[in-house]
Amino acid sequence: MTIAVPTAPAPAIRQPSAIMDFCRQQPLGAVSFVIIFVMMFAGVFSGLVAPHDPLRIDFGSILARPSAEHWFGTDAFGRDILSRIIFGSRTALVIGFTASFVGSTLGAILGVASAYFGGKIDDWIQRFVDVLLAFPIIVLALVVVAAFRKFPVGGIDVNLIIAIAIPILPRVERVVRAAAFSVRVMPYVDAARAAGYSHTRIIFRHMAPNVVAPYLIMLTAFIAQAILAEASLSFLGLGVTEPTAAWGLMLSGNATDFYREAPWMILFPGAAISLAVFAFNLFGDSLRDYLDPRFRI
Amino acid sequence: MLRYTTNRILLMIPTLIGVAVLVFFLLRIVPGDIVEVKLRGDGGSVSQETIEMERKRLGLDRPLVTQFGEWMVGMATLDFGKSMWTERPVMEEIAIRLELSLQVALMATFIAVLIAIPLGTLAALFRDSWIDYLMRVITIGGLSIPSFWLGMMIMLTLLALFNWLPPITFTPIYVDPIANLTQLIWPAMAVGYRYCAVTARMIRSSLLEVLNEDYIRTARAKGVFEKLVITRHALRNALLPAITVIGLEFAFLIGGLVVTEQVFNLNGIGMLFVQSVSRNDFTLIQGMVMLIAAFYVFVNLAVDLLYAVFDPRIRYGTP
Repeated sequence: MTIAVPTAPAPAIRQPSAIMDFCRQQPLGAVSFVIIFVMMFAGVFSGLVAPHDPLRIDFGSILARPSAEHWFGTDAFGRDILSRIIFGSRTALVIGFTASFVGSTLGAILGVASAYFGGKIDDWIQRFVDVLLAFPIIVLALVVVAAFRKFPVGGIDVNLIIAIAIPILPRVERVVRAAAFSVRVMPYVDAARAAGYSHTRIIFRHMAPNVVAPYLIMLTAFIAQAILAEASLSFLGLGVTEPTAAWGLMLSGNATDFYREAPWMILFPGAAISLAVFAFNLFGDSLRDYLDPRFRI
Repeated sequence: MLRYTTNRILLMIPTLIGVAVLVFFLLRIVPGDIVEVKLRGDGGSVSQETIEMERKRLGLDRPLVTQFGEWMVGMATLDFGKSMWTERPVMEEIAIRLELSLQVALMATFIAVLIAIPLGTLAALFRDSWIDYLMRVITIGGLSIPSFWLGMMIMLTLLALFNWLPPITFTPIYVDPIANLTQLIWPAMAVGYRYCAVTARMIRSSLLEVLNEDYIRTARAKGVFEKLVITRHALRNALLPAITVIGLEFAFLIGGLVVTEQVFNLNGIGMLFVQSVSRNDFTLIQGMVMLIAAFYVFVNLAVDLLYAVFDPRIRYGTP
């Protein structure tokens, strides 16, 4: 026999009317949504959208100025910058989304568990989170890169994703834990415990759905941070490696040597990073105002 | 107050020990260390024996627990060991670069706070007007534009306008203030933008909260000039949460410096950190991580104590 335990309905954000409602209430959010959509389109259909092969080296047109042939010019190897930016959006999105998803999800689970169990377990988890919080994102990511970089796995650098996900984890944990505390005292949690459900079931089925709003807000906000972190690491030469097209990488190496002669080499990739991170930040901000006006990150 | 202070200080110790354990073992989980980078870095072939000998010389062949114990004991006496790359003491390597980074950080803070206070206040006062929207776009821009790219853009602008680039050799401010400032003001601006954005956002939201308080209505009702209501009553209370952000962001400026120092070719803490990571210089990485974490923890403590001074509720532990 199963006992029906009331759970709050998941927030209705998937309905089309909710999207319209969001756009009306948050015009800036709607703008950012369009930018994100364009970026995703460019990332998914890079091969169709890009005018050139991003990896093709052409010594005949090194450091070419922006022209009808190469809208954003070419780099020191004669590679088309626009095409590299379009393919770079794939790199940025894959790494940004995966890292933020992994970090936020693990952080959220840890946060809910911490609030649910309380006491000693909560104390230990908080001490651990304190340790991770004592570093800026990029510094902790660099330490993890230093530790794991000897094992690159596959085409997408799994280590890079781990390195960016780890600093995100404690930041999400803090916020979700605070939200979960107010869920913890709800009668339905007591009811679920009285019904004899397992801890895992209560955490995932009864508490987690009620902290979805802060989780989603943090997830979007940290996609922005993750893209920024990826760009910074690649810029430092410790993230994505040549010849893969990545925005941060386009700003490093010989881009800094040639920026006097070829400013377009740094102008466009940097603008791409800024615009992408801007869109996700703005989207996260608007989502926060829309879902929960009182909630502050 | 004393009990509160001691409690807060005691809480720092487990955090710092946790940081030490984390960084030490994290760096050593995966095999591979500085010796290989050092000896095989440029593709030359070196016999296994030479590598083992070098490893032995650096003490990397001993059990991890022994190495960790030695490091911890050293730290207790403020001895952070020697850099595995340059073989100079870690503290010395850090000390010679600290002045530059600290100056950039202080200048960034100064610029950021000076701009953030009026910006955040205006946005809160004209909530949901075009001023608010503009400030929102400006501040989210600050969170989005990578400081290293902003640095490059600043240099490009200087080059285009004045055909001039900032000097690349560091002159201490007490030797030649002009040369010093013309070099460091630009990186300070590059890392300060984000700082300013975060602070302005915090001031805006905390001011909005304070403006809803009863005492603001009382002040207005008794006929206090609006200007005084804002400066004396509202802003003063709203600045408290902003202090937290200013403090913590100051501690985290190193994150911006790590990338920005590369652009301006500044030999500071950030540059040293990146170098030590790419060289697998474990002792130097450890030393710097401990320094960054300790700095953050101390700033945190200072902020908490400051809070307690201003807000008696915290001091006496009422929930």
